Amino acid sequence: VNLSGALLATAHLKGPHVDFAALSPLIALLGGATIVLLVSLAPSRALRTHGVPLLSLAALGASVGLSIWRWHSDEAIVSGALRVDDLSLLLNYALAAGGACAVLLAWRSRAAHETQHGEFFALLLTSIGGMSLLAAAQNTVALFVGLELLSIPLYVLCASELRREHSLESGLKYLIIGAVGSATLLYGIAMIYGATGDTDFATIARALSRGGLASDSLTLVGIALCIAGLCFKASVAPFHQWTPDVYEGAPTPVTALMAVATKVAAFGVFLRFFDTALIEAHSTWGPALAALATITIIVGNVGALGQSSLKRMLAYSSVAQAGYMLAGVVVATRLGIRATAFYLAVYVFMNMAAFAVIVARERETGLGDSIASLEGLGRTRPLLAWPMTLSMLALAGIPATAGFSGKFYLIDAAVSGGYTWLGVVIVVGSMISLGYYLPVVAQLWMRGASAGEHAPPPPGGPAPLPHLAGGSQELDAHTPIEVSLVALVAGAGTLFFGIIPQPLFELVHGAGASFPGLF
Amino acid sequence: MPPLSIMLWLPAASGTVGALLSLVLRRSDIAGGASGDEPLERPILSAAGASALLGALATLGLAIGYIADYSPGSGLRHVTDVVWIAELGIHYKLGVDGLNVFLVGLAALLFAAATLAANLRRWERPRFFYATLMLAESAVLGALLAQDLALFVVFFDLMLIPFYFLIGVWGREPGRIRATLKLVIYTLVGSLLMLAAAVATGVLAAQGNGGHITFVLSELKALPLSRSSQEWIFLFFAAAFLVKMPAFPLHGWLPDGYRAMPIEVLMVFSGVLSKVGAYGFLRIVLPLYPQAAVHFQTLMLLIGLLSILYGSVLAFTQTDARLIAGYSSIAQLGFITLGIFSLNPQGAQGALLQMVNHGLVVAPLFFIVAVLARRAGGSEDVREMGGIAFRAPLLATTFLIVAFATLAMPGSSNFVGEFMILLGVFKAKLAIAVIAFAGVVMASVYALRLFIRSMHNRVGAGVDSRDMRLRDGVVLAPLVAVIIFMAVYPQLALKRSEGSVKTSVVGAQAAATPQGAPSKQVVELKRLEGSTRAQVVATP
Repeated sequence: VNLSGALLATAHLKGPHVDFAALSPLIALLGGATIVLLVSLAPSRALRTHGVPLLSLAALGASVGLSIWRWHSDEAIVSGALRVDDLSLLLNYALAAGGACAVLLAWRSRAAHETQHGEFFALLLTSIGGMSLLAAAQNTVALFVGLELLSIPLYVLCASELRREHSLESGLKYLIIGAVGSATLLYGIAMIYGATGDTDFATIARALSRGGLASDSLTLVGIALCIAGLCFKASVAPFHQWTPDVYEGAPTPVTALMAVATKVAAFGVFLRFFDTALIEAHSTWGPALAALATITIIVGNVGALGQSSLKRMLAYSSVAQAGYMLAGVVVATRLGIRATAFYLAVYVFMNMAAFAVIVARERETGLGDSIASLEGLGRTRPLLAWPMTLSMLALAGIPATAGFSGKFYLIDAAVSGGYTWLGVVIVVGSMISLGYYLPVVAQLWMRGASAGEHAPPPPGGPAPLPHLAGGSQELDAHTPIEVSLVALVAGAGTLFFGIIPQPLFELVHGAGASFPGLF
Repeated sequence: MPPLSIMLWLPAASGTVGALLSLVLRRSDIAGGASGDEPLERPILSAAGASALLGALATLGLAIGYIADYSPGSGLRHVTDVVWIAELGIHYKLGVDGLNVFLVGLAALLFAAATLAANLRRWERPRFFYATLMLAESAVLGALLAQDLALFVVFFDLMLIPFYFLIGVWGREPGRIRATLKLVIYTLVGSLLMLAAAVATGVLAAQGNGGHITFVLSELKALPLSRSSQEWIFLFFAAAFLVKMPAFPLHGWLPDGYRAMPIEVLMVFSGVLSKVGAYGFLRIVLPLYPQAAVHFQTLMLLIGLLSILYGSVLAFTQTDARLIAGYSSIAQLGFITLGIFSLNPQGAQGALLQMVNHGLVVAPLFFIVAVLARRAGGSEDVREMGGIAFRAPLLATTFLIVAFATLAMPGSSNFVGEFMILLGVFKAKLAIAVIAFAGVVMASVYALRLFIRSMHNRVGAGVDSRDMRLRDGVVLAPLVAVIIFMAVYPQLALKRSEGSVKTSVVGAQAAATPQGAPSKQVVELKRLEGSTRAQVVATP
């Protein structure tokens, strides 16, 4: 009888309903990773070196296409573990755009060659899948799974230039620090679970709204540990120390992916976790995050001054930019979510333009990512100089670039949310940032420009120069077309959305809609 | 008249079209021998330069048209109002009124003169140069025409980027890049503070407006901010404008910056950009933050006064002719600050007139400095000049007219401007007006010193006295003609600007008088005060 009862129960037991249509953007990424891995087993060399990147692009394209198909749908899927709404779909676009740029930059890179193309691109797609999962997470388990899915492939990718010490060092450093960050976050999640008795964001929020739990010491410690753990990933000061070293050591295409896509995912989960699960405790974490944002802005901007490696400079700059975006999280309003999402979208364009130019110069000059590799580029290679110029001006927040609208929106959100002083801090940070963005522009256009100061490089390609630490030494006289393409498209996007930002504003308009506790 | 957008974007379009055209023609890319201030023996007409010149002249024509079309007392005219960014409440709103119509004319005139001067010289990378110069003109015109706070901020910040390139790429050694960086960071720091203040203005005003955010100036004017908000916002705006002018404690970028600039760029930079800062006070600060303007009136008057004294003293101790003119600008802009913060229509109108006058005077002054330097073996040091007037009667005459206008000789339009400013300050703060009079005297010292040391005195060792060439005359003659015209007929500007200046100052004027129904004592006090002031004004 028992047996038949058990059988009967099994017959009634149904797995959770899985909405494959809503899950399809994620499936495209992870399925793409599997296919890429299989195709790389093919004997044909051309298929491995060119078919695999093409397939990766196709997977990313499919993910974008499916996201567009689901646009404006707002549904909880997989038993409420994930939420497909405008915010997660919008971040999906940004992630896929960042991923596509990284694929193009890595296409003919040494890193992809040394690790085998199949593994490299499969890891890249998996990492983006993790990011996409993270941006949609609705409970702490999904959050943690997404975070690890994003991190573990990145540890490997950082070390993917197997024969270069710095790359290995970078991977190891990232692994150790990342593990510490993950552990901290996990502790925090466990404590919040202990205090509230649930992993679901909405249930945590309901539990916190009931008497006194929001100021309970267990909850507070949990929140603090979660902040610390997430700040490791988003490279928010004082948890940013790994950023410059890892960014500098990693192969540049991977750095580009980390700088752009990781940031998008990290801020996606910041918004989800703090503005949904912890919204009731806003009065406790709001000021703490505001203080962190201030420290981050100052530390990032001051650290970037005087750097001679472009990747290190951009690493510190990305720390500072994280501080700006944190302002959108601090205020916990729909406007704040929209402003953060807007800035993230803009951020993809601004940074990709810069990284594409760095990749191009690394391959051409042998100077690595030294700022000297840009000297006189305005005269010799205007098509590379313009994207870099636009990127630097946009990151500094100069009008007529997308960075200006983004900063404007963030300050707007900060002031509306009662954090006027944070708006002023953003502005002060931008002032400091002029001290390192503008010299790059000067290097591009103003050095070697006046007659007789420096002779232009010989037309037959520059002589090989001793390489500096941090460069991926891929000497190649010509910039591959796909790298120039990334630079030009990202640069053009930076300019276009600076002059006509309306489409982007409309895109982020619905981003805050599915947050019940916000106004 | 055609819409303002055409005038606004015409320069940028002409610069870009010229660059593309010459890219197609591939003729203007002259290799080598580009730098130096020595003009060409025979000017080469490059497609880029010609197109830019045409664009600048057409813009000037349109600007004159707007001045002629503007009748005294009419409010904002030729308004273009399109929503630019709906979410942020930013409008693309342009318009001319008495406050900006003459400054637009000034900007168009000086840019046309500078483009003409630039065409008479050989430039390295001419396509890039003219496209940047013309973009600068569009940005400046945009800042002057904008009737939306956020749009103003956009153009105000954007203005600087073309100048960053103009100075950094074509500037003079030594220290070109360093000077450029210093200049840009100094001025952008102010601008960024202004960005935060502008956003705060919109957001805080929206809170009193049911959350409907807007940056249109006319709407913001109807939504006054609380006194405490006004005060910090005022300081942020003041920082931006005072750096740009520059005023005394914030002028650190000026010596290196002015020395590094090519003369054509310096003409427009000193002539126009500094005025945009002063204009910002009249257009934005006084109407939107009247209470703060009253609160900080004494501070601003003191800054103006110190600028006059400091600028004058340095102007008659320097030996670099460029810096003499540069420091004299600080002094002149000190007068303008005084006029604005006298917070009454006379002073403000004098300030507006003086902005136009100073722009008209300082641009030819810098150009003449370059002409003089060519006769003194390339040196801009007055110690190495001297006796240039010997064989150069035309040059000497032109220079004398400009110098007299600089020192506000009675009969010049500058005299009218300074007189009105001092009259306005007399009414506001007697002591400051008395000290400011010293500035008028000092102006004659430095202007005449520059003239005498370069034109008269013993002939300098390396001096080769010869009269100005036709190509110098082509640039200088129109500017001098306009100076003379303004001297004869300053009413042209005064009449047309009167109404707009009054509306700009009226808020602050009202805030200066006590709120609510004045008690008997206050009325009595004011009456007494008024009579003593009247006596003071009557006595001299």
